[in-house]
Amino acid sequence: MADPRIIIVGAGPAGVRAAEACVQAGLRPTIIDEGRRDGGQIYRRQPDHFTRPYQKLYGTEAGRAQAVHQAFDAIRDRIDYRPETLVWNIADGHIWTAKATAQEALPFDVLILCTGATDRLMPVKGWNFAGAYSLGGAQVALKSQAVSIGHRVVFMGSGPLLYLVASQYVEAGADVAAVLDTSPFTARVKALPDLLAMPSVLWNGVRLTQALKRAGVAVHHGVTPVEIVGDPHDGLGGLRFRDRGGTERRIACDAVAMGHHLRPEAQLADLARCAFAFDPLTRQWLAERDGDGRASVAGIYLAGDGAKILGARSAEASGRLAALAALADLGLTSDTGEMERLRGDVATYARFARGLARAFPWPAQQAAALPDEAILCRCEGVTAGDLRAVMRETGAQEANRAKAFSRVGMGRCQGRYCGLAAAELIAAEAGIPIEQVGRLRGQAPVKPLTIAIGDDA
Amino acid sequence: MSGASDVIIVGGGLMGSSAALFLRGHGMSVTLLETDLIGRQASGTNFGNVRRQGRAMHQLPLANRAIAIWRKSRELLGADVEYLQSGHIRVCYRERPELVGAMEEYADQARHEGLDLELLSGNALRDKFPFLGADVLAGSYSATDGHANPRLAAPAFARAAQKLGAIVHENTKIVDAQKLGEDFVVTAADGRRFRAPILLVTAGAWGNALSSQFGEPVPIMPRGPNMSVTEPVPYAILPAVGVMTPLEEETVYFRQVARGNIVLGGSTRGPSFPDAYRAYVLPQNTVSQLKQIRRLAPQLGKLNIIRVWSGIEGYLPDSQPVMGPSATTSGLYYAFGFSGSGFQIGPGVGETMAEIIAKGHTDIPIAPYSVARFAQ
Repeated sequence: MADPRIIIVGAGPAGVRAAEACVQAGLRPTIIDEGRRDGGQIYRRQPDHFTRPYQKLYGTEAGRAQAVHQAFDAIRDRIDYRPETLVWNIADGHIWTAKATAQEALPFDVLILCTGATDRLMPVKGWNFAGAYSLGGAQVALKSQAVSIGHRVVFMGSGPLLYLVASQYVEAGADVAAVLDTSPFTARVKALPDLLAMPSVLWNGVRLTQALKRAGVAVHHGVTPVEIVGDPHDGLGGLRFRDRGGTERRIACDAVAMGHHLRPEAQLADLARCAFAFDPLTRQWLAERDGDGRASVAGIYLAGDGAKILGARSAEASGRLAALAALADLGLTSDTGEMERLRGDVATYARFARGLARAFPWPAQQAAALPDEAILCRCEGVTAGDLRAVMRETGAQEANRAKAFSRVGMGRCQGRYCGLAAAELIAAEAGIPIEQVGRLRGQAPVKPLTIAIGDDA
Repeated sequence: MSGASDVIIVGGGLMGSSAALFLRGHGMSVTLLETDLIGRQASGTNFGNVRRQGRAMHQLPLANRAIAIWRKSRELLGADVEYLQSGHIRVCYRERPELVGAMEEYADQARHEGLDLELLSGNALRDKFPFLGADVLAGSYSATDGHANPRLAAPAFARAAQKLGAIVHENTKIVDAQKLGEDFVVTAADGRRFRAPILLVTAGAWGNALSSQFGEPVPIMPRGPNMSVTEPVPYAILPAVGVMTPLEEETVYFRQVARGNIVLGGSTRGPSFPDAYRAYVLPQNTVSQLKQIRRLAPQLGKLNIIRVWSGIEGYLPDSQPVMGPSATTSGLYYAFGFSGSGFQIGPGVGETMAEIIAKGHTDIPIAPYSVARFAQ
């Protein structure tokens, strides 16, 4: 192949390192990214004329953020970079892009999907009120625009992002009312052997929790969220939860940031017709790939958190590894010792991620216990009781079937935010294993697409 | 033998499900067999037009029978399939003034079949329906047409049939059908066998696989509709709207559901793969559909689509179904290949097939749909 057309989707750590490897091999890859600037979510660059220093923006990861930005800046003139561009469909060896109303179909020989992740959310009664954000959304507000999501903020959920964003808010001077972790502290002890795969990251996490405590933030472990209290007009005004002893408590707040780790943005892999497999540890369906990132469809490669949630450091390694695998498959490079080393790095990150998943488990039982009046699907306003009633009436037990009858996951977000919890609720209600519920089939467009697409009038 | 009944129906779309319901009404025992889940392909993925106007004149008696069922669907089914009799407009563009004459002629004939249509100039239409674009030359308005939710309809018919005693087996792929003595024996992929003296094939795009086993192959072509839906916006568009044109690319239509989303359909149809059980919307078809939609209703250009979908439909060369008794085998009946326009007439097809099977005759004209038209 004289001039292979390599397209990388996503300009976060995985996409940047993948592009860098292609440039080093003398190629000019195309990077398509929804963001206005490179860096992805984790290393999101602040808008022009914002002047916060790296240390303030990225904390312990300042050095890595800066290195990824510099790597991008160094290849900027040797790639075809298309920011603010959505890849909304894939078919017959072409990606279909939209930038405002401009539309294009670009052919590819190699497609490296570095599509990142969004928050994995567990619904709580009242999470539809204004003032309820995902942890990632709360972090974007701070990182991008230097604003807080509220005057008095509660952080609720589980996972490293819970503590990271809460401490970033504290450091920025926000009033953090409490950190409510659904996982019991003992889970962390059991996960310690895997967490020791990355002692420095583990230590960073310990320091974050200590900093929160030093700042006087109440941190509760093993909580059960009960209700986000609010009304449709004024938004949320407080939160009720049961502490680990079972005592119900109430906190006044005007914003809640919630989430339980992340989930891969795998829609493009789905549209590219890649095979998916159920991952019992995270209870999610993941696009299948080999150790180097090759998907089940020839020419498609998967890297970073868009393939599996292994974190930003792993994304750099898996992005470069996927690109090297693609170059080797094109016959442009050979499998070097570097690939072996990257595989080892990714394996270490995977062990650590396994530890995190065990230390901060996804509270599947919370979906099963969601009260009937709680909104489950925010886009379509479908309650847990609506879904249960549809299941009783129609016998639907499969994710797409339940969606067709109840509208759960049928709205603007296409089930990104409610799909995993809805599957848990269906499994519990039907008394079947979660994998038997299946996964929501991805449909184009990946994000809402203007009807004015292609209108050059 | 897994089961014996008076009638086996192969294919759990709208035709098969409604036939099961009406056969129960005639007191016949029914086993309905479906490869996947009820109503998941053509019946569940179509546009949802409950539209009589524009159909071939010989289909109108069937369409009239169907509309009576749609109107009483809530009571009949004990479920809301979101049927709305909110009108239907068929328009033509300025480039094709000759179609106005065709519309007038159609309206004259349709009146004799009990379908009243009002012809309106472009300006009169825009006064009434200000969302229509400047290219619209004229239109034909049918106040008594409307739309319903295809995702809900066929499963609701099947559940209603089940409540009346029909046996419904989903996830039952049929691999063989034979007539042994007086009975048909139908075999599923997992070895289960079903027996009945009457077999009704309502298998859509898969219909030919069964009719061929009885020496009656039909030239069916699998295709897929090209569907999109917008985010919800305030409910303002009552009628379903479609374009009359000889060009497939220009043939688009839209309707707003009470929840607010606008469903868009049409322009070039996509491929579908009955063996793989999947159909895909080709991106270029989405782009051409949206372009045509902007022409029909320019204000829709301000909205986003949030999802596209397709499904497996079976098309016959003359766009008419195979419907009626087999020409080779007694006790064998067909109702498939509705060529992308079976949704509205579906319940009427079910009622008519039940009548033919139970009583041996019907007053509904079905001669144009005979399988014999494809005999070599």
